[in-house]
Amino acid sequence: MKDDFNTSSPIYLQLADRIQRHILRQELAPGEKLPSVREMAMQSNVNPNTVQRTYGELERMGIVETRRGQGTFITEDGSRLEKVREDLRRQQIEAFVRVMGELGFSPREIMIGLEEYLNEQPEGESES
Amino acid sequence: MIRFENVSKRYLTKTALMDVDLELPEGKIIGVIGENGSGKSTMLKLIAGLVRPSKGRVLVDGEPAQRRIARKVAYLSELETYYPIFTVQETVDYCASQFTDFDRERAREMIDFMRLEPTAKVKSLSKGNRGRVKLVVTLSRNAPYILMDEPLSGLDPIVRDSIIKGLISFVDLSKQTVIITTHEVNEVESLLDQVVALRDGEIIKFADVEELRSNERLSLSEWMTRVYAGHACK
Repeated sequence: MKDDFNTSSPIYLQLADRIQRHILRQELAPGEKLPSVREMAMQSNVNPNTVQRTYGELERMGIVETRRGQGTFITEDGSRLEKVREDLRRQQIEAFVRVMGELGFSPREIMIGLEEYLNEQPEGESES
Repeated sequence: MIRFENVSKRYLTKTALMDVDLELPEGKIIGVIGENGSGKSTMLKLIAGLVRPSKGRVLVDGEPAQRRIARKVAYLSELETYYPIFTVQETVDYCASQFTDFDRERAREMIDFMRLEPTAKVKSLSKGNRGRVKLVVTLSRNAPYILMDEPLSGLDPIVRDSIIKGLISFVDLSKQTVIITTHEVNEVESLLDQVVALRDGEIIKFADVEELRSNERLSLSEWMTRVYAGHACK
């Protein structure tokens, strides 16, 4: 979590986004403890209040839980995490389809193009 | 809480601050930005009780900011204010003798964190390390208000980074409020909760930085460039 933030949108949301990605890529496991607010602030060079807000946001989304006096933990609720994964997939597809639509591609062209593209990718390496 | 009640400050013929009415909340890191001569340092000096308002009053937790306010306010000057013949440790000891809220243990940790040599004389230190010493003695106090006047100015990127990291790790925002003046908006951007933008002694903006980002879709430095553009060369 070292890279710089894009400072033209709220940092607390970008940090929340980053943590979600780490969870989905299973770099952070269910039940694992997140760094303390201060540690996270140090690692990412942001205001501790911002990290607090990020953790609050993630808690509101049901992705993390704060245990009194122990810290913040990633939820062990698998269905919750599955839901987050689903939501993110949908978000990304929506964004992609919107841009393609703006460029004048029909749904059919998008489908065909996407299929062709995926078929060209070597097996299991479709992620960049 | 810090309150400015219709505060103006004139130095002989020059007006440094004009009719500033402002309430700064607790537990935040607040940046004061603006061009040279816009009144940033004057604002800090007024809070520290180092200068008096020409008009209006400045209150710190309801108490007028006079020299005795130093009990509550730790002030990092933009000037070199420590004795050059002292060693780093002697500087710490001296400050510890002046302020009852000084935490020697924290000073030790910070000296370590900043990789300073306690036996080195202040005058023999590089500019960057003198900047680090200033931060150590300021943040070693458990003062509810920490004021820092241009703590990054003229320092190289590595020193600036260590000062920012030192601030994040040693300040306790559940008990402390930090007010920092700076030109290096880029570097402190991700550190600030709120920003006070000054121009010619007047406040042109007082905002939550995250809100500014989501409302204007601009970073603080982009916003600043836009607002101050054309003005600098008047």
